Amino acid sequence: MAARTLFDKVWDAHLVAQEEGCPAVLYIDLHLIHEVTSPQAFSVLRERGLRVRRPDLTVATMDHLTSTKPQSLAVVESNAQNLLDTLRRNCLEHDIQLHAQYSGKDGIVHVIGPELGLTQPGKTIVCGDSHTATHGAFGALAFGIGTSEVGHVLATQCLLQDRPKTMQVVLDGSPGPGVSAKDMILALCAKLGIGGATGHSIEYTGSAIAALSMDERMTICNMSIEVGARSGMIAPDKVTFDYLRGRPGVPQGAAYEQAVATWSQLVSDEGAHYDATVHLDVSSLEPMLTFGTNPGMGIGVSEKIPNPSAAKSSHERDALSKALAYMGLEGGAALAGHPIDVVFIGSCTNSRMQDLRDAARVLKDRKVHAGTRVLIVPGSSAIKEEAEREGLDKIFLEAGAEWRNPGCSMCIAMNGDKLEPGQYAVSTSNRNFEGRQGQGSRTFLASPLSAAAAAVTGTVCDVRTLLAQKAP
Amino acid sequence: MSAFTTITSELVLLPTDDIDTDQIIPARFLKITDKNGLGEQLFANWRYQEDGSEHAGFVLNQPAMQGRKVLVAGDNFGCGSSREHAPWALMAWGFRVVISTSFADIFRSNSLKNGLLLVEIDADEHRKLLEAAGTNPALAITVDLAAQELQLPNGTSIAFPMDAFAKRCLMEGMDQLAYLLHHDEAITRHEQKR
Ligand code: SF4
Repeated sequence: MAARTLFDKVWDAHLVAQEEGCPAVLYIDLHLIHEVTSPQAFSVLRERGLRVRRPDLTVATMDHLTSTKPQSLAVVESNAQNLLDTLRRNCLEHDIQLHAQYSGKDGIVHVIGPELGLTQPGKTIVCGDSHTATHGAFGALAFGIGTSEVGHVLATQCLLQDRPKTMQVVLDGSPGPGVSAKDMILALCAKLGIGGATGHSIEYTGSAIAALSMDERMTICNMSIEVGARSGMIAPDKVTFDYLRGRPGVPQGAAYEQAVATWSQLVSDEGAHYDATVHLDVSSLEPMLTFGTNPGMGIGVSEKIPNPSAAKSSHERDALSKALAYMGLEGGAALAGHPIDVVFIGSCTNSRMQDLRDAARVLKDRKVHAGTRVLIVPGSSAIKEEAEREGLDKIFLEAGAEWRNPGCSMCIAMNGDKLEPGQYAVSTSNRNFEGRQGQGSRTFLASPLSAAAAAVTGTVCDVRTLLAQKAP
Repeated sequence: MSAFTTITSELVLLPTDDIDTDQIIPARFLKITDKNGLGEQLFANWRYQEDGSEHAGFVLNQPAMQGRKVLVAGDNFGCGSSREHAPWALMAWGFRVVISTSFADIFRSNSLKNGLLLVEIDADEHRKLLEAAGTNPALAITVDLAAQELQLPNGTSIAFPMDAFAKRCLMEGMDQLAYLLHHDEAITRHEQKR
C-alpha cells in the first residue's frame, strides 16, 4: 500500500461510502454538542420525525452562555437561559449525556473531551464549533461543523465531506525562555495569514512539537482554524498515551495496552505525500502579540507595529489601515508599553493546568497593576479543583485577580463577561476580531505568561524581563 | 431548501478582505432558537451605532441597496466561527449570492446547506466587476448557475467553477440529510465492523 499520512489513515478508516462525483460519507465516533449551535438541529430532527442515531456517541456540555460568577451571584439573560434549558430538554428527550453546569464534569467543550478521556487517537470528532481541531492534538481527526451538519450527525452519525488537502507544518528548534506553545501558533498565524491553510488539514510535526506536553499541543491544534484549516493533527506518542492512561473514557488494564498498540500505528508513513509543507524554527521566536483585528496580524513583543505605507499591496495597506484605525494604534509605533484595561486568561486555547501554572509563575508574590482588571477562568470544573488543590487560586486572589467558574467567558463575551467599548485587553483566547470580546472591544492575543505580565505592569510588556527578576 | 434558479440583481459592494463571521453576525445575536429576524442584525457592528441608530455611510443602510440579492465581498469571506447564523443572516436580509475570490471552508459548507450560492472568481475578474459596479451603481448582473456564469449587461460573462455535487444540491434543492439517510445500510455495516 502507498505511504499514507496520519490524516489518510484516520479518514480511510471512517469512510462509509463514496459515490462518484459526491462527497464522502464519513463516520463520526464522537459528537460533542453545546447550547448555542444545537437547538435548531434538534428542531430539524423533530420536524422530520427522526431520532438521535447514537446517543451513546454524543456528549453535551454547557459553556458559551454560562455565568462564571459564583453560583449565588450567577445571572443569565432570559434568552440565554432559554438556550440552556433547551439543551437540557433535548438531552433528556434523546437520552444524551449532559455535563450540566455545576455537575463537576462541566467546562468548555474542547477542554472536557480530552479530560474525560473521550478524545482518543484515531477517532473522528466533530462539534458545532470551529475550535474542534483542539482534539487533533491526540491524533484524532477533529473539525468544526455547522448546525445543519450537527443535525446530520445526530440523525445518521455521518457527515458528507470533501476530502481536504494535507499540509505538514514542521516546527523545529527549542523555544527560549518566556516563549510558549501560544507564541508558536501565533507566529504560524503571522506567517501563513488567516486564509493560509484554507482547504487543508494540517499535521504538526517536528522536534518542537514532540517536546510539547498535551496541554501545549492542544493550544497549537486549537488555533488551526485561525489559518483557515478545519483540522490540525499531531501523531500520538508516549506523551499522548501517558496523558490518557487512567482517564474515565479510556480502556483500562490489558485493554489499555492493546489500545496503545493500535494507537501507535497512527503515524504518517515514511515518504507519505503532503500537498504543502511549511517550516518554522521556534528557536528565534520571542513572545508574540497580535496588534490588529485578526490572528494573522501578530508581531514579536520587541517589534514595531507594521506601517500601512510599507505594505506590499493596496489590499494589505487597506486591511492594515482599517485594523489600526479600529485598534486606535499607529503604524511604526511600539506595541510594548501600551496601556491595558483588562487581562483575560482562559478559553479553550489557554485555560488548562499548564496555562494557569504559567500565569501563577508570573503573578506569585506580585500585584495586579492598579486600574487593570484581571479575569482568570479555568477551562473546566476539574481544572478549577486541581488548581485550587495546588493553591493557584490563592496566588491569583492575593495578586488581585478574579478567579472564576469555568466557561467560555470573555473569549466570546456571550455570558456578560465582556469589555466596554474602546477598552484594551491582553487575552489568551484565539480571536481578536472586531467586537469579539464585546462591542467595540480591542484585543491583543498573547500567551498566559505574557497576559500575566500585562496584568502586573498594566501595559503590553515583555514577560522575559519579569521572569528574569525576582518578584519584589 | 428551495431550488436555486437564475437571478438578476444589482450588487451590494463590501470588498473588505477577511470578513469574519463575528462581523457577519456578532455573537450576542446567537442567543436564538429560531433563525427568523437575523436579517436585522446582519453586519450589526458596522451597521448600527452604539445607541442603535444606523450608520448612514454603511452600504446596507443606503436606500438603493434594499432588495438587492447579490453581495460582492473581499477575499476569504466568512472566516472564523462555524456559526450557521452567518448564512442565515445573509439570507434573511435577502442575499441569494455572494461573490468573492475565496471563501472559508465551514462557511462554504454552511451556505450550501441553506441554498446560498457562493461564486468564486479570480482576483482580476473580481477587480473588474468592482470597477464596473463602481462606475455604474445600478449595474445588474444575471447569475446563471446552470451555465456557471455571471452575465453582464454589456454581453460579456464571467465563468465560475462549481463542484458538481454542490451544483446538484443547489439546482435541485437537494436535501443532504435525505442523501445521508439513504446510506443507512452502509452505515449499519460500518458500525458492525467497528
Ligand atoms: S472558549 Fe471561545 S473559542 Fe473556545 S469554544 Fe468557547 S467561545 Fe469557542
